[in-house]
Amino acid sequence: MDVMSQLRRQLLEHTAFLRKEGFLDDQFEQLQKLQDENSPDFVVEVVSIFFEDSEKLLNNMAKALEQKIVDFKQVDAHVHQFKGSSASIGAMRVKNVCIEFRNYCEAQNVEECFRCMQKLQYEYVLLKNQLEYLFRVEQQIRAAGG
Amino acid sequence: MASPPSSSSSSASTGDEKPHVLAVDDSLLDRKLIEKLLTNSSCKVTTAENGQKALELLGLGDDGQRTFNGDASKVNLIITDYCMPGMTGYDLLKKIKESPTMKDIPVVVVSSENVPTRIKKCLDEGAQEFIMKPLQLSDVKKLRCQLTKFSNPHNGMLCMGR
Repeated sequence: MDVMSQLRRQLLEHTAFLRKEGFLDDQFEQLQKLQDENSPDFVVEVVSIFFEDSEKLLNNMAKALEQKIVDFKQVDAHVHQFKGSSASIGAMRVKNVCIEFRNYCEAQNVEECFRCMQKLQYEYVLLKNQLEYLFRVEQQIRAAGG
Repeated sequence: MASPPSSSSSSASTGDEKPHVLAVDDSLLDRKLIEKLLTNSSCKVTTAENGQKALELLGLGDDGQRTFNGDASKVNLIITDYCMPGMTGYDLLKKIKESPTMKDIPVVVVSSENVPTRIKKCLDEGAQEFIMKPLQLSDVKKLRCQLTKFSNPHNGMLCMGR
C-alpha cells in the first residue's frame, strides 16, 4: 500500500476510534463537513480556539477553587462556558464531565468539585493529544500531495 | 432530465442578494462556527460579541449612529445567544422588539440549555424561533429558506429541494 493510502487509512481509523471511544461525537463531523476550499483549515482553527479557551478556563477554575471561601457561582460560570465550547466542537467526554461538575457546583461540594476539575484536566489533555495526532496525520497527507 | 432546484442555487432569486445576518455571541468559538454555517448557506454575516455592540451596529446604540446604512446592508435576520454576560439575548430581543425601526427583523435565540420557561419567555417576547446549540447546518438552511420565502413568495420553490 502506498504512503498516501496508508495515511488516509490511519486518519479514518483514528477518527473512527475517537468516535467509538466517545472522545468525539457527531458535532465534530459537522465541523469537518463545514471545512471547504474557502476555509481549508477551518477545523484546526476552531479547535485551536477551543484549546486556548480551555486552558484559560481550567486555570480560572483552579484559582476559584483555591480560594478560602469558594465562589461556586464563579466556578459554575467557568464550567458552563467550558461545557458550551466542548459541545460546540463535539468533545463529548469533556462535555459530560462538565455536566457532572456543574451538579457539584450547585451542591456546593468543594471536594467533589476538585475531583471533577482533575477529571476535566485529564480528559482535556487526553483529547488534546488525540486531536493533535489527527491534525499531524492530516498535515502529512497534505504534504504528500493529498 | 428535470431535477428539483437545489436550495443552494440562487440564479432565480431576487437580484442575487444574499440575506444579511447579524450573529451575536460572547464566545469566539461559537461566533466562528455560526459565521461558517451562515457563509456556507449563502448568507452575508456580521458578528457581534455582545448585545451592546449589536445594538450599535443596528443604529440603536447610545451614539445613535447607524453603521449599516442603505437598503443594501439591511439586516434580514438576527441570531443571538441567550446566555451572555451583561445584556442577555433576551434583553437584546426586547430592545429590538421595542424599536420602531428594527422590530420587524426576525430574531432567533439560541441556547445550550433546554429550559421551557426560558423558551416561552423568548417566544412570548417575539422571538421567531428558539434553537438549541450547537447549531446545525440543517437549522441554518431552514432559517435561510424561511427568509427567502418571506422576501419573495415566488422563491418558496427553492426550498422544496431539501
